[in-house]
Amino acid sequence: MALQEKYKELIDAATASGATNLLVREEGGVLYIDGEVSSGAVKDNLWNIYNRIDPDFRGGDLVLNVNVGGIADGDKLKVVTESSNLNIRKGPGTDQPIVGKAAHGEVVTLVSKTSDQWWLIKTDAGEEGYSYTQYLAPVE
Amino acid sequence: MKTKSLRLLLCALLLTASVSFLTSCKSGPKDTDLTATLQQKLSTIPGVSVAVKDGVATLSGEVKDEAAKATAESEAKAVEGVKSVVNSLTVAPPPPPPVVISPDDALIKSVTDAIKDFSGVKADVKEGVVTLTGEIKRTSLPKLIMAVQALKPKKVENKLTIK
Repeated sequence: MALQEKYKELIDAATASGATNLLVREEGGVLYIDGEVSSGAVKDNLWNIYNRIDPDFRGGDLVLNVNVGGIADGDKLKVVTESSNLNIRKGPGTDQPIVGKAAHGEVVTLVSKTSDQWWLIKTDAGEEGYSYTQYLAPVE
Repeated sequence: MKTKSLRLLLCALLLTASVSFLTSCKSGPKDTDLTATLQQKLSTIPGVSVAVKDGVATLSGEVKDEAAKATAESEAKAVEGVKSVVNSLTVAPPPPPPVVISPDDALIKSVTDAIKDFSGVKADVKEGVVTLTGEIKRTSLPKLIMAVQALKPKKVENKLTIK
């Protein structure tokens, strides 16, 4: 319960944002917060609060896993790499061969969600393959 | 004359008193007795409170499931003297599912994918705990932690040197 107190502001913000499937659980000295939020901005805000409560994420007492929900097959996604191209791979994993690339800022189409980490996408040029979800954000 | 009418009045009073006493007896066990009986009978179901008024039993409180709610009601109805049962019991929400932690082999693979683009960052996985070492720019840190915490680790130890 102590951790729920420490991260109260974060939990309250997640609740107030209308996050769905929100689960707040404390186990073995670690607080787990899972859920789906409506936008990338909401997710960023929660991470900002986390960083403020636990500067530089040094505490090791929270696992925050919020995803931007409501993304469906066929939706447009923007490549949000730092600056480089996004690799498109033959299969879900960095050990898989690269079959194409999408530029930073390029808009691609979601074909299907293979896992939490890898989505099958298609570029306007027709290249199809798996990319890391971290670098894909819904076009808002 | 005066004493006679007084005696009559007393008789009348006694009569009405006894009549009302009899009728109250005829209506069955008293509410307090019923409450005691119900409390004893329902003590096997945790969380149930009972209140009885004019033979109507009201069940309130929170029980663990729908079955307990139904059992409490039928047991209360079976008690002699209970005219009807108002079932105001609520059912407790189910406990949240346990936290799912990725097995180490899956975690090693997914962590490798997650840190690939953060040069200078190393990760060690042991029993679900991901320990991050090496160097990182402060501006890149949230993205890295975000990526690693999404892999269902038990915990993330950040031992990175922040530049």
